[in-house]
Amino acid sequence: MNIRHDPDDASPDGGEPLRHVRKPLPHDSARRHVQGAADYIDDVREPQGTLQVAIGMSPKARGTIRGLDLAAVRAHPGVVRVLTAADIPGANDVSPAMGDDPMFATDRVSFHGQALFAVLAETRDAARRAAAKAVVEIAEERPSVTVEDALAREEAVLPDYGFGRGEVEPALVGAPHRLEGSLRIGGQEHFYLEGQAALATPGEEGDVHVLSSTQHPTEVQHVIARVLGLPDAFVTCEVRRMGGGFGGKESQATQWAAIAALGAHLTKRPCKVRLDRDDDFALTGKRHDFRCDWRVGFDGEGAIAGFAVTHNARCGYSADLSQGVVDRTMFHTDNSYYFPAVRIDTRRLLTNTVSNTAFRGFGGPQGMLMIEHVMDRIAWATGRDPLDVRYANLYRPGRDVTPYGQTVEETDTLRAIVETLERTSGYRTRRAAIAAFNGRSKTLKKGISLTPVKFGISFTLMHLNQAGALVHVYQDGSVHLNHGGTEMGQGLYQKIAQVVAEEFGIAIERVRITATSTGKVPNTAPTAASSGTDLNGMAARIAAGKIKARMAARAAARFGVAAEEVTFRDDRVFAGNESLPFGELAKDCVLHRVHLSEAGFYKTPTISWDRAAAKGRPFLYFAFGAACSEVLVDTLTGEYKVTRVDILHDVGRSINPAIDIGQIEGGFVQGMGWLTTEELVYDAETGRLRTHAPSTYKIPVASDVPEDFRVALFPNANREETIYRSKAVGEPPIMLANSVFCALADAVHALDPGKPVPLDAPATPEAVLRACQALRGRPLPERAIG
Amino acid sequence: MREAIRFGRNGTVREVRDVHPRTTLLDWLRLGERRTGTKEGCAEGDCGACTVALGRLVDGRVVYEPVNSCILLLGQCDGADVVAVEDIAADGALHPVQEAMVTHHGSQCGFCTPGIVMSLFTLYEEGERPVGRDAVNDALAGNLCRCTGYRPIVDAALDACATAKDRRFEAHREAAACALGEIAADGADLFMRDEGRFFAAPASEESLAALLARHPDATILAGATDVGLWITKSLMEIEKIVWLGRVASLRETRSTPETLTLGAMVSHADAHAALAAIDPDLGELMRRFGSIQVRASGTVGGNIANGSPIGDLPPALIALGAKLHLAGAKGTRTLPLEDFFLGYRQQDREPGEYVRAVEIDKLRRHDAFRCFKVTKRLDEDISAVMGAFRLHLEGRRIARARIAFGGMAATPKRAPLAEAALVGLDLDDELAWAPALDALAQDYRPMSDHRASAEYRAVVARNLLFKALAEIAGDAGLRIAPRPAGLAAE
Repeated sequence: MNIRHDPDDASPDGGEPLRHVRKPLPHDSARRHVQGAADYIDDVREPQGTLQVAIGMSPKARGTIRGLDLAAVRAHPGVVRVLTAADIPGANDVSPAMGDDPMFATDRVSFHGQALFAVLAETRDAARRAAAKAVVEIAEERPSVTVEDALAREEAVLPDYGFGRGEVEPALVGAPHRLEGSLRIGGQEHFYLEGQAALATPGEEGDVHVLSSTQHPTEVQHVIARVLGLPDAFVTCEVRRMGGGFGGKESQATQWAAIAALGAHLTKRPCKVRLDRDDDFALTGKRHDFRCDWRVGFDGEGAIAGFAVTHNARCGYSADLSQGVVDRTMFHTDNSYYFPAVRIDTRRLLTNTVSNTAFRGFGGPQGMLMIEHVMDRIAWATGRDPLDVRYANLYRPGRDVTPYGQTVEETDTLRAIVETLERTSGYRTRRAAIAAFNGRSKTLKKGISLTPVKFGISFTLMHLNQAGALVHVYQDGSVHLNHGGTEMGQGLYQKIAQVVAEEFGIAIERVRITATSTGKVPNTAPTAASSGTDLNGMAARIAAGKIKARMAARAAARFGVAAEEVTFRDDRVFAGNESLPFGELAKDCVLHRVHLSEAGFYKTPTISWDRAAAKGRPFLYFAFGAACSEVLVDTLTGEYKVTRVDILHDVGRSINPAIDIGQIEGGFVQGMGWLTTEELVYDAETGRLRTHAPSTYKIPVASDVPEDFRVALFPNANREETIYRSKAVGEPPIMLANSVFCALADAVHALDPGKPVPLDAPATPEAVLRACQALRGRPLPERAIG
Repeated sequence: MREAIRFGRNGTVREVRDVHPRTTLLDWLRLGERRTGTKEGCAEGDCGACTVALGRLVDGRVVYEPVNSCILLLGQCDGADVVAVEDIAADGALHPVQEAMVTHHGSQCGFCTPGIVMSLFTLYEEGERPVGRDAVNDALAGNLCRCTGYRPIVDAALDACATAKDRRFEAHREAAACALGEIAADGADLFMRDEGRFFAAPASEESLAALLARHPDATILAGATDVGLWITKSLMEIEKIVWLGRVASLRETRSTPETLTLGAMVSHADAHAALAAIDPDLGELMRRFGSIQVRASGTVGGNIANGSPIGDLPPALIALGAKLHLAGAKGTRTLPLEDFFLGYRQQDREPGEYVRAVEIDKLRRHDAFRCFKVTKRLDEDISAVMGAFRLHLEGRRIARARIAFGGMAATPKRAPLAEAALVGLDLDDELAWAPALDALAQDYRPMSDHRASAEYRAVVARNLLFKALAEIAGDAGLRIAPRPAGLAAE
């Protein structure tokens, strides 16, 4: 890569190398993080008289509320007020769209833990103790907990939806080989380290200002206005940073902010909600779990002729974001593979469990894991190497149209990544060494798998593909940067500061990053769908560019040169033979009445999606990657270790390679957790979540990450005109972890080659041992809890 | 008698006399001191976001350990120095571990970062050099990070600890030693507040016995790694707390060629080396016991007295052969450890009675020992099944066997039928092991829960006994991680 001659690396004024973009700068708050000096909502000094809020929760998962006696709650020392649905001046609705998420349940309860009321007290301890004193009477019904429960009851949160191409039944019947099966894929708790939190402060005439740990300040604003029966303009939502989001604070931060706002509205005192970790587990949604029922027809090489699948998604009690989530499962059912004939159907099932929601990957991971499992099943049936089966189906020119009609334009990138990783990981040599080891070792078995990732970038709900930014230059030359994107750890704020510093040619320290606020940039999309940098980076660049043009015009006038000859670099402005410090030009602009503030706006070009017709180009581009994982399994206990991981990933031309590598590694490990140790166990009888805290729900720790962990960026400029030709990076790396799941199945497969491995996700040690026992012909009875 | 909790903060002695006995160190830091750098992630000691360093005087020097401040009661800080994340950067200069975390991009959302910094701080200040990857992983096992995937954090730790130790913190340490010396010198019983609601820390067993006689309903507190959750999660109205942390006689470790006696208040961290010396599997068991924060606070006596059906240590100690020493109003008594566990969360302990010590039978010549802990996640997890096996061999023949499992019944429990079936078996005749393996199905009726199903537990228990026998017979190829080297008696 020759950086100096790459036009993507030229500065905004041309010719000069980039000063800030492409640099591995640390996170904007890194020095504050390590000193405990970065404030999260619970760290902000509370206004005097702030009340603390605890949530009163349903002890049953499904039934009719017969009585709610709150006398003892109200009488508890320190309690100031109790909020129920009757106190809501506006709508009892905190849903993102469908109107089916009450803030407080009224007649019916729909899941174990559902909010019934809230307690406002002088201390958090008093609020929590008081909340436990409610006497709740519920005429209980048997809850739907599993996919099977929901199917038996025929209950769904949204209509069935499907699309496909070609005649799939003849393709299946006519194929030389056929297989069918069913894969269960578990959900995932976000486990953001900072739980849900909001602090609402009342203002004049019903105004409310809320600090919310949210990825979607605009929706928090809208929902509060809806609940309070106020115009949007009365509500301001602000967020400086979240202690992690991962999708869990996209639609599901609103309820807590709205409860705090209602408390503030009614008591005229600031109110703070900070959910206890166990309550957060019970009250907020998770990644959707699935049962995928599939059928495939293929030839002797493993090339697919026809493929049909029904994704049974367990959505929980309400729609929430399930339309977009399960649609994205459909868009990623192909992953990187071409289906000549295909049918993809989905059911969005209602269960009496918390409403499942956005989680990094947004449904994509489930579709992709399913098809990777099918690739393995074909490999085991044909006796071919699973990687060769994947090659046989990989998108290539002429076989490059997705089931929804969008052409994959970068099939060369996809293939280059897989082939390069095959070589650099030493896949073939290691495959042979593993076979030799497995031949020698009776109970320990090794497995390896190399899986690709193709992930579509853009919100499939078209109107969300827009962003705004607000940039001010002050007369000392310091810059105030604001945009609609939120910072949840992904480094968005720093990346955009890099873009703006580059635009003005100033030191990054001059760019002051400020908290996202609906009062500064309105009508924003959530920071989601990996789109934060693509959208907000462009908006900020546009805003900065407009100010710069006016400043350049002033400099041109002052020095008598053409505006095109004015350049900005190294904190100075150059015009002909003259130059002056950036700050002096800013001052000069103010004295000459030049406007130094600008709102930038950006919308993604060329995308379209007609859901009814199932046609369009929903994605601006695809991000690609591949991972090769190796594991060692103890087939006596199902315990295992991931021993080596190689990753090659496409982030286009990186704006900040350190941040991007952080997203890749972090996403991979989070995906690995989803597919290995993170198990959500619901009680089959009561619907209560039994794994409700880190003591029982196990996300990866440091020792789960292999020492031999090789991550590289694939050098590849985005063909689309994205910000500095970068590609989105937030979600795609999650699915690199599919290689871990497939490697575990590969190791179990060594017990009896040719037999299918009935491994479901997550592949806990128990799930792995169950698969081992099945291959040994001694299957264990199905697991039942509760 | 003293009526204030006294502890060190940045070289001075802090006195606190008016807090609720249940107040946690985390709440005191955040709400009392208004120092909000230390975070609450889970309030149950499992995520490490609340990690602070707690220093105690050891032979005149203050030695720091990481603890979970969310479930550590403020009273337990009595006589200790509290160092939080705000306290380690001096005059704007970051501590080396903070600097390395920035350089290596070790923070993303930053919420876990203060806790991670404090775990790495104690590793840096107290860890034996060179610090290797395993030591770093152990130091971080109790700190969850959801963003980074840990690689940059581990790199930061290795990098910071690779250079000569920065001496900057030594001034703090010396000032703390003076402050703690002053507190230690008083030797007084601590009794904060009144007879109806108190945090008490008697300084001797006499005072302890007298206090428990007066308040048999008081909650006896050791490390608070479980009692802390009764407070933060169950919201139990605990008003009277008797902490054993100031009774020196309960912190004693005695070792003879035949036995190891651990006082009830010996922490898991302090017991680790002595147990590892008995058998390397015990050392690995202790390494995987909770996290470094839990091992620093949690005690051997508390782990037993608390009577968890899983409690990782009791099955191993029962298999070894251990006696429990109790004391109370009626004097002292001793019983085999397995007899202490009566039923689910039920123990043979009278009100006002307390665990004094556990006396462990060491391995002798021709003894072999194995223990295996099977969990969902390797580190910082509670067993689905924990199996421990002690065999006495006569040549290749099994002469005696003791087996105990955790997670297989309502209590840690021996396997009498399998033990009997093992006697007389030949280690080289694998086919003859079947009756002993099968007997486990009669010895145990395991349950299904969120950790594992009954049928999984049954298969694993059988396979663990097989694995123990096969290893003792000489097969070294049965483990993902090789059995640690050690001075096994076999």
